[in-house]
Order: sequence, then C-alpha cells, then structure tokens
Amino acid sequence: MKNQLKIVVLAKQVPDTRNVGKDAMTPEGTVNRAALPAIFNPEDLNALEMALSLKDRVEGATVHILTMGPQRAADIIRDAMFRGADGGYLLSGREFAGSDTLATSYALSCALRKIGPDIIIAGRQAIDGDTAQVGPQVAEKLALPQVTYAEEIVEIKDASLVIKRRLSSGTEVVECPVPAVVTVNASAPECRPRNAKRVMKFKCALAGSEIAAAPDSEAAQRAVAKPYLQIVEFAAADVDPDPRQLGLSGSPTKVKKIENVVFQAKEAKRLTAADEDINSLMVELIASHTLG
Amino acid sequence: MNNIFVYIEIEEGKVADVSLELLTKGRELASTLGVGLDAVVLGEKLAGIEKELAKYGADTVWVADDKTFAPFRTLPHTAVLCGLIEQEKPQIVLFGATCIGRDFAPRVSSALHSGLTADCTQLVIGDHKDPKTGKEYTDLLYQIRPAFGGNIIATIVNPDCRPQMATVREGVMRKEYAAQPGRGEVRAIDWKKFVKDTDLAVRIVERQIEERKIDIKGAGIIVAGGYGMGSKENFKLVHELADVLGGEVGASRAAVDAGFTDHARQVGQTGVTVRPKLYIACGISGQIQHTAGMDQSSMVISINSDPEAPICKLADYAITGDVNDIIPKMIKYYKQNSK
Repeated sequence: MKNQLKIVVLAKQVPDTRNVGKDAMTPEGTVNRAALPAIFNPEDLNALEMALSLKDRVEGATVHILTMGPQRAADIIRDAMFRGADGGYLLSGREFAGSDTLATSYALSCALRKIGPDIIIAGRQAIDGDTAQVGPQVAEKLALPQVTYAEEIVEIKDASLVIKRRLSSGTEVVECPVPAVVTVNASAPECRPRNAKRVMKFKCALAGSEIAAAPDSEAAQRAVAKPYLQIVEFAAADVDPDPRQLGLSGSPTKVKKIENVVFQAKEAKRLTAADEDINSLMVELIASHTLG
Repeated sequence: MNNIFVYIEIEEGKVADVSLELLTKGRELASTLGVGLDAVVLGEKLAGIEKELAKYGADTVWVADDKTFAPFRTLPHTAVLCGLIEQEKPQIVLFGATCIGRDFAPRVSSALHSGLTADCTQLVIGDHKDPKTGKEYTDLLYQIRPAFGGNIIATIVNPDCRPQMATVREGVMRKEYAAQPGRGEVRAIDWKKFVKDTDLAVRIVERQIEERKIDIKGAGIIVAGGYGMGSKENFKLVHELADVLGGEVGASRAAVDAGFTDHARQVGQTGVTVRPKLYIACGISGQIQHTAGMDQSSMVISINSDPEAPICKLADYAITGDVNDIIPKMIKYYKQNSK
C-alpha cells in the first residue's frame, strides 16, 4: 500500500435510541428527542477502529472523519481525534435538511470528491435509521467497489485489501482493489479508548463555525493559531453539488405519515407464583392444546 | 407492463424463505394493481427453479444462470438488476432485508436514483396527495416501517421516482401458495450486455458456511429469557422449560448483550421476528425493540417481578414473581398434568 494512504471514516452523530427510558417518552407517548443523548453511532466506532488499525500498519497513513450534521456534530470529530484520528471534516448546512439516504449519500460523495481518499470506511448502519444504505450508495455515487459487513482487514497488498466479511450464514474473505468503500459490522473489534494526552492536545479542536461563534474565546484563539486544531467545515457550496440533488428535493422517498407506538392496553389475566395458580395455568394450556 | 419484481435469493441451492414470503406479498399487490408478478433469479444451476416460484404466484421468471452470479457479488448483481429494471420498467421491486439484499439494493437504488425503504413491516397500495404541491397520486406503494429504535412507525412513499423499492426482513410476512399458481414462464436475461469487466474487480478468496444451528423462527413455542434472569447460570432454566415444553429458546437484546446466550436467539428489532402460538417471556421487561419481534404471537405469558412491566400489557397471562421460583413450578406442573 502506498505511503500517505488517505483513509476517511464516515460517521454520524445519532440520538441514543437503544436506551429509551421512561423520561424519553412524553406523556402523550411521543419520543422526547431532547431526553436522548447524542452519541457517536456505535458501528462507526468499529469503523474508526478499523481505520486506526490500518493506520498502525501502513506508515504515513492518515485517518480523517467525515460527518454531515449540525455544528454540534463536531463533537464526534473531536472524540475521534481523542482516539487517534488526525482530523476531520464537518459537512453542514440548511441545504442538507430533510435528506433521505440517497440525498445524504450524494452530499457525502460530493465532499469525498473534494477530499480524495484512498479508502472510505463506514459503520454498517446508524441506530436511528438502521437502513445500512449510505455506505453502498456512496460507493455507487463514486463508482467504487464496496465490501460490506467487514470484520477484519486480513492483508494489505500493493493495490488491494483482503477483507473478512461476516455474513448471516458464515464468513467470506474477499480481495478488493482500492480505492473502495468498506462498511464495518458491530462484530468487528471495538474502538480503542480516548487517550488522555490526545484529549489534552485536541480538546480545543474547533470547526470554522464554532470559531466564528466565539472568536475571542481562548479555545478559538488556540485553534486559529494551530492548524492541526482546525476541523475543516464544508458548506454546501464548498463541495460543488447539484442543488436539486440535496435535501428534500434530492430525496425520492417522502414520509407520508408518522405514528407513535403506543402500547395497547390488553387486560392480562393476573397470576401469582402460588402453586395453585401455576398448576391451573398448566392445566388450562394443556386442555386448550396450546401445550402438548 | 410495469409489473412487480421480486428479487429471488438462493441460499445453498435453495430459494430463501424470505423470497417466497415476498412473492406471496407481491402476488397480493399485483392483484390489487392488476399487473403481473415477476421473479428475478441470478445464480448458478437454476434449471427448474420456476416450478417452485410459480406455486407462489410468479408469472414470469427472469433468469441469469452463470457462475458469475454464485456466490453473490455486489457489482455483477447490481449491473444486471439495473439493466433489467431499465429494460422492463417494473413499478415495484422487492428484496429480502438479508445480507445480500441490504448489500446491493441500496446500490441499485442509487444507480437508478429511486427511493428504497429498508426493513418494511407492511406493504400496502394506496393513494397520496402531496401536502405542499397538492399533486395527487394513485396506487402508490405504502412502505411501512418502524424507525427511531422502533419508537415510531413511519409510512414512506416514493411519489415521483420509479421503481418503488423496499426490503423486508425474513419472517415478517407470511409465505403461502398462491390460490391460482402463476404461469412460471422462464425468460433468460441477456446479462452479458449489462456486466462490464470492472464489475468483476472484487474476488472471493474463501467462504466458510456455518450451518445455521439455531433457528427459532419456525418454532411453535418459544421460551424467552431477558436480563431479569439474572445470570448465565439462571438462564439455563429457560432452556429447561423450553426442552420440557418442546419449544425453542429466545432472548431479549439485554440478555444477549449480557452474555447469557447467543445472538442467534435474539428476538426483536435487531434480532429475529417470531410468531409462535405460545411465547413465554421470562424476566423480560418488554421494551418496544423486543416486542416488535414477538407481538404477533398467538398467546403470551409473562413472568416478571414487576407487575407494571410493559410486557404485562401485551400478555394474556401475567405472572408476578421470581422467575427462579416460577419456572421450576411450571416444569413440575406441566409434567404432572401432561401424563
């Protein structure tokens, strides 16, 4: 593999939908998004680890995060820098609002054309949508081959990667030329933790709009003075898109209706742990041929 | 014209269940729309495959039979499907939400610039009026799916782009012979004109197929354990009850994450969807992510120390108490009464 190998990890900041507790639902039974913490999408962390382990093995390789989202999504770029990434790109703007997976993939592909990576690594899917579409769609937009459900990079060759994939029926090892898009499964190694020294070094890394929001702050002044603390921020116009393919107008799928899931109350027959309760339940189930 | 396409997945020489489930649903949608149902099969040694597909209602069976297509590789599959869709212009294309469908359907949707909805749980034909432009559409495919961790159910439509594409997970829809079998007419896909040399760039070095040892989808009785079982040791009780009742063991995500049992047993949104005649939930609180995978069970019994646990609202019988006390009693009284 060549020197100065440029690896970009596609990552997303997502609401933590895995732990929807009582306070995360409003009394009307709707999702209270404010009560859900924003986190680094879990499988994107597996993707970051795969990128960092590749960087460990290829001298001169660099790892950058690309994320599309609001200003606060810069948090996950900093988090990635604490764990070993060299830097990142934040793609942000109102033009991107309402994007479905296809419009998202298009926007990301425009940014990737600007960045020009050799390898693009992404998590298989994000927990707020679970679609697993953006990785393959980015690959198609850039006319690159894709390797999905990757678990391990087995071998790094001159112009290709040998990758082990996790399938529902077993595993598969493929050899794929680079540049390529790789999507990473949750079964891949977990991401390394934040490194204390890197946290100190990069805690003032800021995106352009963050610097502009508080130019006199100490953090902003440090970021301005030190280029390695600057997170590159792309607005829509910076990545030369066809505006019709962005946001809502670039999204073939439309949401017709949203229903909140509300548990329907059904009267359960209440039983206790007493022997006679359990005994009569079993008698009933056997009599109705539910059992036996 | 403008038929419905179902992509047929071949698993070790056999048609995957999910593809037959999609044909069953496709037959229903095709009847509603008054169009034909086409099955698309890419693989190797496919002679005779149309017989089974016709039973599930396929009128036309498009076949590309060559070693290029087995085992599955993303690029040649994408190229052929895109080429065939442009040639035949189906209005709807359905894929299984499997490792294969979820790999190449997004790529097809990107290449054709048309919408794809992942993991639909219901597909219905209906009309639509755009709230902004007021433009009216008839006979669109409503693609209904849970989103946001299963906390909302979204209905998605593709008003302007064709085809309308969706993936559906295995086990979500019923598999049934069509009342009137389809014609099952085989048509060869002229695939060589669609596949370029660059589509063959990815090489399969090695494949290891692990037999699916655990398969709880078809089980009539499922005894499922949750985090409330307390430990891997206690989880053995779930297995004992399942063994005695002749059922399979399921689990909640929390139990799998805690290492009590294998992921293959996970029921729910990120696991399998089951619809047994009896589901016994032991120490499962009943988060929506779990219940989404089992709420079609004919009968639900919950065992939980918390009488207010959400699972109790779904249950036909809610037993309040300690699982470690109740499960042995169930085993005991089942044995006593079944003799």
